[in-house]
Amino acid sequence: MPPSALQSPAVHVRGVTRDFGSGDAVTRALRGVELDIPHGELLMLVGPSGCGKTTLVSIIAGTLQPSGGEVQVLGHDLVAMPPAARVRFRRSNVGFIFQSFNLLPALTAVENAAVPLIIAGWSRARALPAAAALLDRLGLGSRLTNLPSELSGGQQQRVAIARALVHDPRLLICDEPTSALDAENGRITMELISGLAVRPDRVVIVVTHDQRVYPYADRIATMEDGQIVSIEARRRGEIGAPSHDK
Amino acid sequence: MLWIAWKMLIGNRAKYLGIVFGVAFAALLIAQQSSIFCGLMALTVSQILDVEGAGIWVMDPKVKYVDDVKPMADTHLYRVRGVPGVDWAVRFYKGIARARLEGGSYEQVILLGLDDATFIGAPLNMIEGSIDDLRAPDAVIMDIVGYRKLWPDEPFKRGRIIEMNDRRAVIVGLARARKTFQSFPVVYTRYSQAVRFAPPERKVLSFVLAEPAPGVPAAELAGRISAQTGLQALSRDAFLAKTIRYYLLNTGIPINFGITVGLGFLVGTAIAGQTFYLFIVENLRQFGALKAMGTGNGTILLMVLAQALHVGFVGLGVGVGLAALFGWGTRSFSKLSFYMPWQVLVITGVAVFLIVLLASLLSIRRVFIVDPAIVFRG
Ligand SMILES: Nc1ncnc2c1ncn2[C@@H]1O[C@H](COP(=O)(O)OP(=O)(O)OP(=O)(O)O)[C@@H](O)[C@H]1O
Ligand SMILES: [Mg+2]
Repeated sequence: MPPSALQSPAVHVRGVTRDFGSGDAVTRALRGVELDIPHGELLMLVGPSGCGKTTLVSIIAGTLQPSGGEVQVLGHDLVAMPPAARVRFRRSNVGFIFQSFNLLPALTAVENAAVPLIIAGWSRARALPAAAALLDRLGLGSRLTNLPSELSGGQQQRVAIARALVHDPRLLICDEPTSALDAENGRITMELISGLAVRPDRVVIVVTHDQRVYPYADRIATMEDGQIVSIEARRRGEIGAPSHDK
Repeated sequence: MLWIAWKMLIGNRAKYLGIVFGVAFAALLIAQQSSIFCGLMALTVSQILDVEGAGIWVMDPKVKYVDDVKPMADTHLYRVRGVPGVDWAVRFYKGIARARLEGGSYEQVILLGLDDATFIGAPLNMIEGSIDDLRAPDAVIMDIVGYRKLWPDEPFKRGRIIEMNDRRAVIVGLARARKTFQSFPVVYTRYSQAVRFAPPERKVLSFVLAEPAPGVPAAELAGRISAQTGLQALSRDAFLAKTIRYYLLNTGIPINFGITVGLGFLVGTAIAGQTFYLFIVENLRQFGALKAMGTGNGTILLMVLAQALHVGFVGLGVGVGLAALFGWGTRSFSKLSFYMPWQVLVITGVAVFLIVLLASLLSIRRVFIVDPAIVFRG
C-alpha cells in the first residue's frame, strides 16, 4: 500500500442511518452517525445497551447494509458494493471477535482458527500449521486438538482471536470481547488484541461495556440513541472512564 | 469447506444418526416393498421362466396371461409345425388338478404335461430321481416345496401314491421349481398322461411350445405363426410382458404396493426432512459465522447439499442393506417372495435422492436469509 493510502481514514462514516422493521414498528437504530478512524488506531465504542453499537460495527464490517449514508472502509465503498463483492471484502479484510465466541463446536481449536484460511481457499495442509503457529503464540500450543467444549471461556476467546487474525485482516471488529470473561481473562484478551492486532496499516474497533479495558484504547467514542455524542482521545494506558460515559 | 460441512454434520452424533435413521427408514420401506412387488410380479411369470429352450409360446387367441389357459384342439400342433421357420414344436399341458392324498384329503396342484418324446419344459434342477423316471407308467415328479407342504417333516418317499381324476400317480422324483403365484404344488408328468389326470374335457392342448429355426428371430416367427394359424403366438419375452401387464392392469397389487412405497416416501421425507431441517436451523448461527467470515451463498449451498447427499448415501446404504437382509432372512418362508433386481436399487436411490434434495431445499432458504450479523447477538 502506498503511504498516501494511509493518510485518508481507514473508516469513513457519514450520516449513516439504519432502520429495523417497517411502518409503525420501525426502530431507528442509527440516526446519522459520523465517524472517521485513522489507520493504526484501536477505537473503543461505548454507550448504553440498545444505543446502536453492534448495528454500527456490523455496517462497518460489511455484514449489514445501512438505510442511508456513506460508508467507506479501507478504500471500499460498502454501500455501492454488490453483495458478492461484500462477501469477498469480508473474507479478505475483516476479522471478527464476538462476545459469544461463535466457534464451530465440531471443529478442534486449530481447525477453528484455520477457518478463514480455508474460506480463502487454502488447503488444510497449509492452513492448519499456520493456525497452529498462531495459537502457539497465544499460549494454546498444548490445546490444539481440543474441541471448544473442552476449553475454558478464556481459552475459547483466544482461539477466536487466532481465528480473527490468522488471515491477517486489516479491520478487526470485536463486539464485547471480554464481557463473557473474568477480569484476568479479559485483561489477557485485551493484551493479545492490542499487542497482536494493532499495526500501522490496521484498524481495530472494540465495542465494550467493560471499563477495565478502556486503558487499551487510542480513542473512545460514546454512542447514545443511535448517534456518536463524543469522542475522547486517550493516551494508551490511561485509566478511567471517558467523561461522557454515565 | 466440504470438510467443514462434513465435520459439522457428524459433529452432533445424535442428530446425525437421527437424520440417517430417517433416510434409512424410508429407503428400507421403499426397497423392501418394491422388492416384494417385484417378487410377486416374478411369481406371476415363474411358469414361463421355468420353461427353457422354447422361444415361442402358441396359445388360444383369447389367453390373457399364463394362468389363463384356454384349451385348443390337438390338431393345432400340426398347423404350427407347418409354418415355415419353425424348427420344432411340441405340446405343453398346464392345468389345475385335484390330488387325493393317502389320507383321503384333497389338494389342488398345478399339473404340467411335457411332450412325451422331448420333455421340453422339464424342471432343470432335479433333487431326487431323474427326469427319465417319468417314462415309467403313472410316474410324476413333484416340486420340493409342494412336497414339503403336503407332507411336512417327512423325508422323500419314492413311490408315494396320489390320485388325480381317480387315477393313480406315483411320485418318482423331486425337482426345484420357481415359486408360483397360486403357490400350489407343481406336478410334472408326460403329456399323454397329464390329459388322463386332468378333468375330462373335449379339448386339452394348453400351449404349443415352438423354437424358430436358426437365424429366424422369435418375434418375427411368432407374427408369422399368428397370421397363418389364427392362434396367438408370442415370443417368450412378449408372453412374460403380457402376463405382467395383465397383473399390473387387472389386480390391486400395483396400487397396494404403490401406496406403501408412496407412504415410505412421505414418511421418509417427513422424518429425514424434519431432522435435517432442525439440524440446519440449530446450526444457523454457525452458518451465520461462516457467512460473516466471507463464505458466499454458493458455497453455503454446496455445503448443505453435500451434507444432504452424505446422509442420503449412508441412509440409502443402511436402508437397502436392511431390506436385503430382510429378504435373505425370509427366503425360506414360502409365502413371501422377495426379488431385488437392480431396478429396485435405482428406484430407491432416486427416491432417497429426492428426499434429501427436498429436505435441503426446505432448509437452505433459512441459511440463505440468515443475517450474518446474527453472530453479534449473544
Ligand atoms: N435485527 C434487528 N431487528 C430489529 N431491531 C433491531 C435489530 N438489531 C438491532 N435492533 C434494534 O436496534 C437498536 C440498536 O441495537 P444494537 O444491537 O445495535 O445495540 P447495542 O448498542 O449493540 O446494544 P447492546 O449494548 O445491548 O449490545 C436496538 O433498539 C435494537 O433493538
Ligand atoms: Mg451489541
